[in-house]
Amino acid sequence: MQQAQTLYEKLWSSHVVRQDADGTALIYIDRHLVHEVTSPQAFEGLKLAGRKPWRVSSIVATADHNTPTDHWEEGIKDPISRQQVETLDANIREVGSLAYFPFKDERQGIVHVIGPENGATLPGMTVVCGDSHTSTHGAFACLAHGIGTSEVEHVLATQCLMQKKSKTLLIQVDGDLAPGVTAKDVVLAIIGRIGTAGGTGYAMEFGGSAIRGLSMEGRMTICNMAIEAGARAGLIAVDETTIEYLKGRPYAPAGDAFEQAATYWRTLTSDAGAVYDKVVEMDAAAIRPQVTWGTSPEMVSDISGVVPDPAAEKDPVKREGMTRALAYMGLEAGTPIKRIPVDRVFIGSCTNSRIEDLRAAAAVAKGRQKADSVKQVLVVPGSGLVKRQAESEGLDKVFVAAGFEWREPGCSMCLAMNADRLESGERCASTSNRNFEGRQGAGGRTHLVSPALAAAAAIAGHFADVAELN
Amino acid sequence: MRAFTTLDGLVAPLDRANVDTDAIIPKQFLKSIQRSGFGPNLFDEWRYLDHGEPGMDNSTRKLNTNFVLNQSRYTGAQILLTRDNFGCGSSREHAPWALDDYGFRALIGTSYADIFFNNCFKNGVLPICLPADVVDRLFATCLANEGYRLKIDLAAQQVIESDGTAHHFDVDAFRKECLLNGWDEIGLTLRHADEIRAFEASRKAEHPYYFR
Ligand code: SF4
Repeated sequence: MQQAQTLYEKLWSSHVVRQDADGTALIYIDRHLVHEVTSPQAFEGLKLAGRKPWRVSSIVATADHNTPTDHWEEGIKDPISRQQVETLDANIREVGSLAYFPFKDERQGIVHVIGPENGATLPGMTVVCGDSHTSTHGAFACLAHGIGTSEVEHVLATQCLMQKKSKTLLIQVDGDLAPGVTAKDVVLAIIGRIGTAGGTGYAMEFGGSAIRGLSMEGRMTICNMAIEAGARAGLIAVDETTIEYLKGRPYAPAGDAFEQAATYWRTLTSDAGAVYDKVVEMDAAAIRPQVTWGTSPEMVSDISGVVPDPAAEKDPVKREGMTRALAYMGLEAGTPIKRIPVDRVFIGSCTNSRIEDLRAAAAVAKGRQKADSVKQVLVVPGSGLVKRQAESEGLDKVFVAAGFEWREPGCSMCLAMNADRLESGERCASTSNRNFEGRQGAGGRTHLVSPALAAAAAIAGHFADVAELN
Repeated sequence: MRAFTTLDGLVAPLDRANVDTDAIIPKQFLKSIQRSGFGPNLFDEWRYLDHGEPGMDNSTRKLNTNFVLNQSRYTGAQILLTRDNFGCGSSREHAPWALDDYGFRALIGTSYADIFFNNCFKNGVLPICLPADVVDRLFATCLANEGYRLKIDLAAQQVIESDGTAHHFDVDAFRKECLLNGWDEIGLTLRHADEIRAFEASRKAEHPYYFR
């Protein structure tokens, strides 16, 4: 009998083209997602070396990082951003692709949103992209991770990556989530527990009844942030939720071919008795809504907690980091999280811009008004398809009635490469994935939260429990 | 790729944990479609007092004199001492491009984020991991001694202090070969083109729906 294998081992071994004695392997890449920021130098390198792309039908491309989220009719005003987007247009035109969703296309959107929703991300694939949040696609039992631009060029030229096998880590989350606790809270709680380097060197699988109970949207939120725990790849096993989600998607197989594929996909789980290098167990029932207070996703607290005191931290490097974070964030130790006021709110990003996220935010916003003290609440759908779906459900009207702004899809204020950004000193409740210094604009202060908590902060003007709103 | 064999370089200490790639090279500079020219904007938000944008004349900007790299004793440094989890965050290869363009050829620290670590090797920048107590001591010695230099010998896998104390470091054998020889990885992989083609054909036969 074959030895029990983890999901990671199955995905790895089904993609090894060759392996050297020292363990370095050539791994075949099924899907190559491309966006405007990390690809121009790779296409240029390819051309300079006189090489041809290996298999253009593996490429799915979109422009998302630099694109504006309003006044699309005016195009991209920043000339440097425009040049980068036009460079992608030209490269894809020249090279070809399976699918390209350029700026203004009705299916344009954040690269990690459009892959799954078009069925271009399928279980069992290797998926790469010049973007660290490629871990998102692991929610479909894909071996998916971010790569640098040199590797983008390597994949373009060879359809392979040179890799060494990772160690395996299982995060087992069992039990029922309390009402109002979402996938975002689960993953923030995990990062709070194991730290931002806790997953470094590992492929991180998420299992347990609480994970199996999540929708595909929730699972993508979890895997999206595996990289914030240091793991290049997050993974979740295939089950009927996965299969159901994929039915009828444009690039998924159809009819008999779908059933045949699904038979294979159902084998993409970790075998009973498979051995991991490390296992971390979490009690789902104990997880509360989370809010980050610092400049690293591991600096996180329950909504009912207080800003911690660096003086209580024994590790000097950590203490120094906390002190620096509190100074940057303009916070004092001991301040209750619920007393922290916000200036802006951002609902969007590849972590939380899918339809379920927008529904959760709209459920809180419905019939309520943004606090006067809040300057702006941006709601940025993850893609054109999400936007249309939300509008067909009337969510846009709920947001606008509450004083929120309903925008065009893109990365937007997640990283503030376009015009959507924080001013120095401004504080933001954000559904994105990184609270690093300057991430949402130089001097900006980011608190990571779920869509429901972001909407609650917009209404209350400070962090608040949804249940406590008026 | 440029080869890396040995280095005898001035050391600069960056005493912060979790330095992310956006701190190394802020997002606004990622709009460039070039591979070079990022050095003047390395650590831009810490290095200058004003907000940097692409196309600015960096020589006229106000420097933050408190930032370590702006101290004259570190001018021309080629080795950067770092702390835990250096290079976390975005996968941008612009981070090693900026470090390299500034003049850093090697990093010495306790740990690096995976993607960043990988990206360094692709650009001839050597990220070295040493035990925390050794790194602590190197920080202390560096701060106490102006003009502090270290030698790095990649073939021997050693960091050598001026008094001759040598610290062994681990490096993946394949990456080491690539760096020592300055090999182009794409060229290496394409030597196996037949194997890739054969693998692809059998995968396509088994799972045609991955190949539409
Ligand atoms: S939404 Fe944010 S994290 Fe996601 S791909 Fe865009 S910039 Fe990166």
